Amino acid sequence: MSRPRPDRIIAFGIVAIVIAVLPLLLPSYLSFELTYVAAYAIAILGLTILTGYNGQISLGHGAFLAVGGYTLAILATRAGVPYWCTIPVAALICFVIGIGIGLAALRLEGAYLALATFALAVSVPSLLKRFSSFTGGSGGLILTPASPPAIFHDVDSERWLYYCVWALAGAIFIATSYLLRGRLGRALRALRDNHTAAVSFGINPYYYKTLAFGWSAAYAGVAGAIVAVATAFVSPDVYNLTLSTTLLIGLVLGGIETMWGALAGGLVVEFLPLWAQKINSGAPAIVQGVALIVVMLVMPSGIAGTILRFLRARRGHDVDTTPPAVRAEAVPLSVSASVPSD
Amino acid sequence: MASVRSLSTGLFTALYAVALVGGLALPASAEDGVTDTEVVLGGTHPLSGPAAAYAALAKAEEAYFSYVNDHGGVNGRKITYKDMDDAYTPPQTVQDVRQLVEQDKVFAMFNTLGTACNLAIRPYLNQKQIPQLFIATGATAWARGYKDYPYTIGWMPDYQSEAIIYAQNVLKDKPNAKIGIIYQNDDFGNDYVTGLKTGLGSHASQIVKEASYEVTDPDVSSQISNLKASGADTLFIFATPKFAVQSLVAVAQASWKPREYLTNVSASESVLGAATKAGGAAATDGVITTLYGKDPKDPKWANDAGMKLYKDIMTKYVPGADITNGFYAIGIAYAYTMVDALKVAGKDLTRAKMLDVINHFTESDNPLLLPGITLKTTPTNHFIMTQEQLQTYQSGQFHASGGLIDARPFIKEEKS
Amino acid sequence: MDQLAQQVVSGLATGSIFASMALALVLIYRSMGVINFAQGEMAMFTTFIAWQLIETGVPIWLAFAATIVIAFFGAIALERIVIRPVERAAPLTVIIVTLGLLIAFNGLAGWIWGYVLKSFPSPFPSAPITIGNVSFNSQDLGIIGVSLLSLAAISLFFTRTKLGLAMRAAALYPDQSRVLGIQVSWMLALGWGLSAVVGAISGVMVAPIVFLDPNMMQGIVVYAFAAAVLGGIESPLGAVVGGLLLGVVLNLLGTYVEFIGTDLRLPVAFLIIVVMLVVRPAGLFGRLRLSRV
Repeated sequence: MSRPRPDRIIAFGIVAIVIAVLPLLLPSYLSFELTYVAAYAIAILGLTILTGYNGQISLGHGAFLAVGGYTLAILATRAGVPYWCTIPVAALICFVIGIGIGLAALRLEGAYLALATFALAVSVPSLLKRFSSFTGGSGGLILTPASPPAIFHDVDSERWLYYCVWALAGAIFIATSYLLRGRLGRALRALRDNHTAAVSFGINPYYYKTLAFGWSAAYAGVAGAIVAVATAFVSPDVYNLTLSTTLLIGLVLGGIETMWGALAGGLVVEFLPLWAQKINSGAPAIVQGVALIVVMLVMPSGIAGTILRFLRARRGHDVDTTPPAVRAEAVPLSVSASVPSD
Repeated sequence: MASVRSLSTGLFTALYAVALVGGLALPASAEDGVTDTEVVLGGTHPLSGPAAAYAALAKAEEAYFSYVNDHGGVNGRKITYKDMDDAYTPPQTVQDVRQLVEQDKVFAMFNTLGTACNLAIRPYLNQKQIPQLFIATGATAWARGYKDYPYTIGWMPDYQSEAIIYAQNVLKDKPNAKIGIIYQNDDFGNDYVTGLKTGLGSHASQIVKEASYEVTDPDVSSQISNLKASGADTLFIFATPKFAVQSLVAVAQASWKPREYLTNVSASESVLGAATKAGGAAATDGVITTLYGKDPKDPKWANDAGMKLYKDIMTKYVPGADITNGFYAIGIAYAYTMVDALKVAGKDLTRAKMLDVINHFTESDNPLLLPGITLKTTPTNHFIMTQEQLQTYQSGQFHASGGLIDARPFIKEEKS
Repeated sequence: MDQLAQQVVSGLATGSIFASMALALVLIYRSMGVINFAQGEMAMFTTFIAWQLIETGVPIWLAFAATIVIAFFGAIALERIVIRPVERAAPLTVIIVTLGLLIAFNGLAGWIWGYVLKSFPSPFPSAPITIGNVSFNSQDLGIIGVSLLSLAAISLFFTRTKLGLAMRAAALYPDQSRVLGIQVSWMLALGWGLSAVVGAISGVMVAPIVFLDPNMMQGIVVYAFAAAVLGGIESPLGAVVGGLLLGVVLNLLGTYVEFIGTDLRLPVAFLIIVVMLVVRPAGLFGRLRLSRV
């Protein structure tokens, strides 16, 4: 397995320091909002794996946020399980369900896959309301807010949550980077770039494609659990179709080809609505919609993707290593198998 | 060097002392969000997305506050209302409220909208002892929860009480009714169904069919057909405007003539007018509902002083608005109560004072509520508005039947 | 038995609403290979334009005709400005642009016309018809009729006209089409224009039933997607059949399967579709793309 390039380690280190220092400089409500950024970034990272690296489009990952959130809420309120224990459980449950969905999705492609996963997203609120004795129905479930343990008793609980969540996010990003640099990442990309060739090389498509689904679902489950803890509340109507399309927007606007895109995407998802309100409080939706369109026209590889391309061009790389999901039609298929894509 | 060090130490100490003294000399702000000349209120409404129709409340409230500010404000203070969009999703509401409390330093929250959204922010606000005033939903939770959440107070008559009033009416006028219900499958609809069953008591067994719908359903024709087939002769429509119109029209088109009750959330001239247009007079004649506010489209109030004030304020501060939209009228009514509460709290405005006001509130002169409606709380009863008037819609108009009914006596029997 | 017949008939009526919207979705997909998420909002927007025209006194049929023309040219303009720059980019980029359009159109309609429910006059006479114990409305017949007519017109256009052939070629084999002199880019614009017209027609037919407000299409679009997938997303016939079938199945399941009732209709509808896709991945009438290695 290759070691990461030194400049990547430095970049990661700088970002880590910034993240660690921010809460000390910012008012605590901003730390609170940045906690949500971490959650969305984790969910979008899952989609980066599934859609960016493996080429499968999912419009249904909001469902896994629901499973994660409700798993945490139900375990916490009905069984008194502490939050940090429920997060792995949520991840595991989502992993299993994700594998199941991935199996069903094996035969589907493109628009059909997108719409089948869309089905998931749309069905979730109804299912949650139906089994109301279990889920608390449309009134939702109230959770006790996360608070720091006794040793840190004078730490602001919002900042405590921020550090816990970002530490978790950091660990997840590092682990993901490690896994994607190795055989797993190469197999996923091979299946995406040229399915037939990959299979003839002995890569098992069923294994990797369902794995990608399960893996991304697990991440979304973790994200859902984090959102539930931060909000200290879960209710069915939050997990609607808009949530899934919002994740997709974050994925593409952030930059689908790179893990940094997940971070940028998380920032977009969290702050675009707030920023749109500042610009026009009468109709923030218009601002948001126009912003999406403009960003896509100007930066089709997303924010992080565009920045990376710019840096790469400055460094002198002229090989186009973009995955087909983002590749424009006019660029000929270039020989890029040996160049790391990120 | 020692001299530089002692110089800078001295400098910093001096600055620190000045700051300390200066800080003490400044008039101490008694509370966040309150100065001698201003009081800052915060709010969250869905300004975009599927529930954006309710944003009209916020617009009207801002208009009323502007009007009050132009006339000297309240106890010499101008009201600033900072409203944020939460797209009707609790995680967003929670974040908005934190921002309003910590950055904008609002004195209190006013007219936050949505049951789930308010449930999500209630613990935080009460823990910080910030008043959560005059919530824009009719859930019973606010009045029921005052012991645990004393800083939270609702406003409109709650849905369960309203359903109990209907139950009383049906038991009186049609004791052997076979009852069918169509309701929206969320906390709004479920609250009504619970209230109806409570009000019917042992007669709840007369409910022959309950049919729910989702807001994503294109129409309710299937539900109405099933309700008709169940043999019901009385239909309760616990639906938001679009689905209320569809239900009324579908009933008429199915040539079915049950006794119909409609939730007051959808009881506006525009809704019933639309139903009459699409389904004929048969669709809406005889529909029973309750009202607690004055409908801008109702000719009865054409010369009413309160309605005139409403029209003047809307024309001046929200030019171009469709003043027949009942949400604007209710918004002004809400804002009137808010200003009233601020007035009563007095010149020395603190959150503790506001808590006191919440526990001993009374108001009987709201210009946009039906004459005779009195808002009232006591330290042990936070059902602030409990009076409504039964109305029957006939030939394009609401006709009041009887006087105001007070649901207060029935409240003990309600489930939460 | 009567109830069964009634539910089937109501199902066909509701299904025709889905079918008309599904047709527009299928048209875009056939011409561009992407799903236009903004289809419903564009239809809603054009319906508001029709409403505005009628409000200012324009006679109904003239207003409808004007709306269709506005929809056609408006959509082409939109395509040229917003889609064309990304038409060679990745499918995901285009999807995001359509999502942006969805959000913007919804906000714009709300900002211009507000959220108060509005009545919309029906192009068909609204007369209840009762056969035996089954009642429906001449409006429903009208919608089914217009959907079938649109379907016929679209099919004929694609199979019998040179322009339709050119559009199909441009969508399936863009490079070869360019070599043959077909203006692929303009074919895409035309595809947008046509699907906007179908969407406008759908909106105008549906608005009298679901009532006009900026959110009127959102629930319908969800079912329209389901219908399009069920029928095969490249097949106009599939869209119509899928829509009608979906409407009926939903009603029957909701009525006769207690467990499902009316609140689990949506999940069940999609479960059926997913199962269907697993069994037959291209939908009822879709063509499976096979690749030889």
